[in-house]
Amino acid sequence: MGDEADVRKVLAEARGRGLVARGLARSYGDAAQNAGGHVLDMTGADRVLDVDLAAAEVEVEAGISLDRLMNLFVPLGMFVPVTPGTRYVTVGGAIAADIHGKNHHVAGSFAQHVRWLDLLTADGQVRRVGPAQDPALGADADPDLFWATAGGMGLTGVILRARVRMKPIESSQTLVDTDRTPDLDSLLALLTESDHLYDYSVAWIDCVAKGARMGRSVLTRGRFARRDELPARKQADPLRYSQAVKLSVPDVFPPGLLNLATVSAFNELWYRKAPARKRDQLQSIPTFFHPLDSVGAWNRIYGPRGFVQYQVTVPFGHEETVRRLLERISGSGHASFLAVLKRFGEGNPGMLSYPSPGWTLALDIPVVRGLAALLDELDELVVDVGGRTYLAKDSRVRPEVFERMYPRLEDFRAVRARVDPDGLFTSDLARRLHL
Amino acid sequence: MIDALGSVGSLLLVGGTSDIAVATARRYLQERPLRVVVAARDSDRRSAVVEELRTAGGTVEVVDFDADDPASPARMVAAATAGGDVDVALVAFGQLGDQSQLARDADAVAALAQVNYVAPVVVGTVLAERMRRQGHGTIVALSSVAGERARASNFVYGSTKAGMDAFFSGLADSLVGSGASVLVVRPGFVRSKMTEGLPPAPLATTPEAVAEAIVTGVRKGRHTVWVPGAMRWVMSGLRHAPRAIFRKLPL
Repeated sequence: MGDEADVRKVLAEARGRGLVARGLARSYGDAAQNAGGHVLDMTGADRVLDVDLAAAEVEVEAGISLDRLMNLFVPLGMFVPVTPGTRYVTVGGAIAADIHGKNHHVAGSFAQHVRWLDLLTADGQVRRVGPAQDPALGADADPDLFWATAGGMGLTGVILRARVRMKPIESSQTLVDTDRTPDLDSLLALLTESDHLYDYSVAWIDCVAKGARMGRSVLTRGRFARRDELPARKQADPLRYSQAVKLSVPDVFPPGLLNLATVSAFNELWYRKAPARKRDQLQSIPTFFHPLDSVGAWNRIYGPRGFVQYQVTVPFGHEETVRRLLERISGSGHASFLAVLKRFGEGNPGMLSYPSPGWTLALDIPVVRGLAALLDELDELVVDVGGRTYLAKDSRVRPEVFERMYPRLEDFRAVRARVDPDGLFTSDLARRLHL
Repeated sequence: MIDALGSVGSLLLVGGTSDIAVATARRYLQERPLRVVVAARDSDRRSAVVEELRTAGGTVEVVDFDADDPASPARMVAAATAGGDVDVALVAFGQLGDQSQLARDADAVAALAQVNYVAPVVVGTVLAERMRRQGHGTIVALSSVAGERARASNFVYGSTKAGMDAFFSGLADSLVGSGASVLVVRPGFVRSKMTEGLPPAPLATTPEAVAEAIVTGVRKGRHTVWVPGAMRWVMSGLRHAPRAIFRKLPL
């Protein structure tokens, strides 16, 4: 799938069960699935169309991956404005999910770095839309359509191209500070007091530890190093960028391997292994940003039953709810192998955009009996204080609960009704949640 | 759409006033609110079921369905899916019939064959077509152990169940790769309004136990389940019992 003509051809055939565009399919749920209908693989559309080194802007096709953008542009002194925990996502997907990264508290989410995007809508037209009216984008940049598309999970049309503001960097190395905190309170306090000093920040939480140690964590925060901060041997080629060798996990793991005992042991080790306090440690981009990308098919360790990811925000002022979430999880006997906590900054006008001011907690939980009821219960805690769940991660929230989480859902539906009155763009996610 | 943790979003009950259908809806509603479409003849019993399921937290829709009317299945499925996909469709209607009457009354045999065989397989065909188009969904067909080997005491009923069981088992295979699937449920004697007044057979079970087996079977993607589970081995033995012995068993 590449050019507009291809997309239009599928559009013409898609009456009935509709279609949705897919990038690298890294959403954890059903965002890029469409039972009975069409799914457009956009990864063939991966060209770079224009580069403006002075303004640090690139114009690309939607199917290009952040991995490729880094390979091409880190050596030229530009980093992607926002990267999630994997670089194997496309620009189109990054906009559709309005992804965030470790720098949300200072840089916002991906869509805030998009100058404009070209959207092929249900009528077959290509519309260039932007975050605000802008004479450079033509008579009508249709900001409403832009902000319905940012975070809109592909339901407004097919994103074909975008112009993205990159982040200028002097080196490909990050300077990282590590802090170990003994419990949740000390973590939240440390984040509140000093997060603004760092461009990037995230905490790994031990979700199995109970009692006084509940919420103990390893906090890593950093920023890109300036050239003069590199050791002499690296200063000659400060923007050198290479990725770690990729190992792949074989498909041999039994169900239930990740249970409370193994995860407890792992977490203990992970916590002990981290330095209590370390400053200005030099780390490469893959090590700091994408540790899991160095292991292919890591999801296989969960065995054939798999896992779900649960990610929610809790607004500032409701730290007690963060505590209750952790208590419920650590007390439930469900082992969360990977749990991260981050402080979000301001949100954006995206109608279904996930980030909003507060704490975001993300957990991987193996699928076992009783998990559905537990997560439904956690949803209630979250929605009661004005928090919400992340569509790119979700595969199980109840539609009526989702509706309470996103007060601008009606605005989103109105834009969709305007540009796609027949509901041509749809997905399993859209059907499940009645978007 | 059945979600990643096996929760069902919409349930269609064909023969929605049967005890097993109601028990299945109640069982699902214990987990989560969901859309339930009750397809049945207009009756006081239907109104009562709708009320009961609403109280239990369901978003209940009502659709007319009459197993005696050949045009009813297509109309019923169209109406039931107008409001969205159906994740699980339970084909739960059927009659036991009175064997002593059936032995002499050809019209009664034809009527029972219509309700227990013709109507279910027509419903199955229409549902399968819809689910093929959806690309997902599970049809749950309520068969019976009576269909595994017909016996003198209720062979007309048994033969209709044998036919519908064969149909849905074959349908299951024909749907492989489409995203849709079929679960055939073979209960033994169920204490329900259908068997009211009859002496319970060994291994008698309840609508709630059948509902539990349906929910578990759908979640695990099973193709055939017996209720209770031990029935599988009992029937396996009975199927192979020499006729001279089988005929004399007090079944």
